[in-house]
Amino acid sequence: MELQSVWFFLWGLLWAVFFMTDGFDLGIGSLYPFLGRSERDKNMMIHAMGPLWDGNEVWLITAGGVTFAAFPLFYAVMFSSLYSALMLILFALILRGVSFEFRNKVNRPAWKRVWDVCIFVGSFVPALLFGVAFGNIFKGIPIDQDGVYLGNLFTLLNPYGLLAGVLFVCLFLMHGALWLTIRTDGDLAGRAERLAGLLWPVLTGVAVVFLVATYIFTALYDNYLARPVLFLVPAISVAAIVGIKYFLMQKAFFRAWFASAATIVSCTFFGVIGLFPNLFPSSVKAEYSLTAFNASSSPLTLKIMLIVVLLFVPAVLAYQVWAYRLFSVKVTDEDLAHEEMY
Amino acid sequence: MDVVMLSRLQFAAATMFHFLFVPLTLGLSVLVAYMETRYVRTGDETYLRMTKFWGKLFLINFALGVVTGITLEFQFGTNWSRYSAYVGDVFGSLLAIEASVAFFLESTFIGIWIFGWNKLSKKAHATVMWLVAGAGNLSAVWILLANGWMQHPVGFTIRDGRAELTDFLAVITNKFGLLEIAHTIPSAFLLAAFFMMGISAWHLLKKQHVTFFTRSFNIGLVVGLVSSIVVAVTGDMHAVHVTETQPAKLAAMESHWETRTRAPIVMFAVPDEENERNRVEIGRIPGALSLLGHHDINAAVTGLKDIPRDERPPVLPTFVSFRTMVALGTLFPLLTIVGLFLRKRLLESRWYLWVMLLAIPLPYLAIEMGWVLAEVGRQPWIVHGLLKTANAASPVAASQVMTSLVGFILVYGLLGIAGFYLIADFARKGPETATENR
Ligand code: HDD
Ligand code: HEM
Ligand code: HEM
Repeated sequence: MELQSVWFFLWGLLWAVFFMTDGFDLGIGSLYPFLGRSERDKNMMIHAMGPLWDGNEVWLITAGGVTFAAFPLFYAVMFSSLYSALMLILFALILRGVSFEFRNKVNRPAWKRVWDVCIFVGSFVPALLFGVAFGNIFKGIPIDQDGVYLGNLFTLLNPYGLLAGVLFVCLFLMHGALWLTIRTDGDLAGRAERLAGLLWPVLTGVAVVFLVATYIFTALYDNYLARPVLFLVPAISVAAIVGIKYFLMQKAFFRAWFASAATIVSCTFFGVIGLFPNLFPSSVKAEYSLTAFNASSSPLTLKIMLIVVLLFVPAVLAYQVWAYRLFSVKVTDEDLAHEEMY
Repeated sequence: MDVVMLSRLQFAAATMFHFLFVPLTLGLSVLVAYMETRYVRTGDETYLRMTKFWGKLFLINFALGVVTGITLEFQFGTNWSRYSAYVGDVFGSLLAIEASVAFFLESTFIGIWIFGWNKLSKKAHATVMWLVAGAGNLSAVWILLANGWMQHPVGFTIRDGRAELTDFLAVITNKFGLLEIAHTIPSAFLLAAFFMMGISAWHLLKKQHVTFFTRSFNIGLVVGLVSSIVVAVTGDMHAVHVTETQPAKLAAMESHWETRTRAPIVMFAVPDEENERNRVEIGRIPGALSLLGHHDINAAVTGLKDIPRDERPPVLPTFVSFRTMVALGTLFPLLTIVGLFLRKRLLESRWYLWVMLLAIPLPYLAIEMGWVLAEVGRQPWIVHGLLKTANAASPVAASQVMTSLVGFILVYGLLGIAGFYLIADFARKGPETATENR
């Protein structure tokens, strides 16, 4: 494979890992006002993501940085086209990040309520908008030959884009609910488990509608029809979704969470494979599309970055797996009382 | 206002706000790691309490540093897309390396540090803090190399209408970047040291937690003394390099109009850019500018008149920011040297404690002025000599940038108030009450 193709899939992989990791804490944040009934519930939920959310969010920063390094033209056109949507996501993430740190620092109900709202908004808005953004990329974006975006924020809020947004929200809610069953106890864990059970048919339904709508609205299936063996990837998604239900019924929550992680990664790859070699297809004219070949960096930069990524991403994965193992046990009351924690 | 101007305002607001928190993160992380190590080595509980107290202030500050950093990573794409497409081949990789090499380490291990007190051994826990501190400073190295490249681009060639990397080694050994590292990281330590001394001084004035804060003050004193000297020395080296690489910036720093040998420094001046002269000049030191810029009193220094008008940076902000920084840079070593003499009778030297308390904002001012100098002085170039800022902005609607700029100002303004309020509140309450709020 050429360097550009390798980079195309690495690019997809970084986004997939971002959705897989940060997905659960965006999900928990979106569930926060609904499942967090008591003060203890809320603190439990914050603790469930507390040690991990920041490390997860760096996958976003790395995905952004790697896009810049490997496909500078794409980085430039994508982020300036999606300007308002991206700004909304960033502001949401800013408010969310400080909420964890600020919320418990002042013991006043009004103060806490402000940050409670920020945790919800800061989690739900990115979950939805990442889906909307990717849905629109799958569908094609109105850009002209100079990479100038011809729409506005509302152009993105078309039915297919919104459907992708809803799919992302469902995936992340499921992912978050399952993580709560692992990390919390008592009533809260029970409610999270029931919620995951209720979410499952919704998620499955939305996923089916999405697969059909993708056939109607996008050209993603062309690559699959050209090489049917690729249908293995959506098949993995289907198996993983079934796996979630199976492990949930067995009360094997950790496995159910893994199945959910596999669902997210394979769904992302379903889109990425369908896009290839397009990175940013133009809905105005196919020639205006940005591809892995016309938007990439020079071979030297791609090589240097490949070395960096091959050296460091496995190392990152190793210590993040260690961190996940350290914090995949139930939060205790002793943890909640610990002073430096949020 | 046009998109370029709005984007500049937004970028300046976002980075300058980010850099209100970054230096304390860089410096205090190392100090906290040091305290924890002392605790592990000696078993002295005071060091544990120090770790927790300063650690708490560190964490509030850290959170603000993290969230304000995220927007910066994307602003090159959102607001400077022409720039990104033009230089991404060289510049993008530095940002990507920063994220994959440093941010991951920092963010993953800070979570472990906060939540791992009863999960890790004491030694492992202290090691985690060193990793956080090391990673933070490592991220600074990469981002400063990136900025150094914009100040003085090297290791590239222009091909297919963009800058392409030809020599990675040259980029990461760029002298401009290395000088920025050598100047900025010590300035962050200086800021952290003054922060620690200032808060300690407040408690010592009230004669509370005397052992705790005397010890903290003394750590700050040593770090502050060493780093303030390093900052002055590397700042001077920096000025020499700027003279070589960016004569327009040097001339603007000094509001120096005529090219001449034995060029003077003027202490105060009111530059008049229209008429290419200084309206008021007070305190001329003949030959000093030649000495500063070339380390040779007889060397010739280029004046602004010999630089085309459309390649001159705005003189007033460049001039004022340099003056402010150097004045403060002279003050800091003096303050710490005085402290060295008084350190045996700190409690009695109330005037000195007051001075140190009031000095907390000064390193912040110096650091921000340093960036104003570096960045405004680079104008009108975004990449010096290669690409003008005016040609670098994204083709987006001005209304979009206006909206996000207002958003930045509102959100950052409120967060800044909340953040500094919390830091001040916990600092004031002191170590014992750090748990009370739960
Ligand atoms: C000299 C140091 C320095 C400078 C000039 C900058 N930063 Fe920064 N940045 C840091 C030093 C730092 C840091 C100390 O490493 C931070 C503060 C808190 C943290 O986690 O890392 C950080 C955080 C931080 C984060 C969040 C990382 C996380 O989630 O953990 C991002 C994405 C950036 N920065 C990106 C940037 C960009 C794109 C800059 C250029 C315009 C920039 N920073 C200037
Ligand atoms: C965190 C410390 C920094 C501060 C406080 C800072 C400050 C500023 C200021 C005040 C401006 C506006 C100049 C003007 O428009 O007249 C500016 C512009 C800019 N800086 Fe920085 N800067 C910092 C770090 C960086 C770094 C590390 C980079 C690159 C890696 C960078 C890249 C830019 C760019 C792209 C612009 C916009 C174009 C321009 O107006 O020059 N800055 N910065
Ligand atoms: C004693 C005298 C000092 C001298 C001679 C000096 C010199 C300089 C010079 C020439 C620059 C511009 C470099 C460029 O164009 O990029 C600079 C930048 C800067 N200065 Fe200073 N400085 C001094 C003190 C300080 C102090 C006390 C601080 C903060 C505590 C500080 C913080 C900065 C920062 C953050 C920058 C921007 C980053 C960089 O370019 O390194 N400086 N300084």
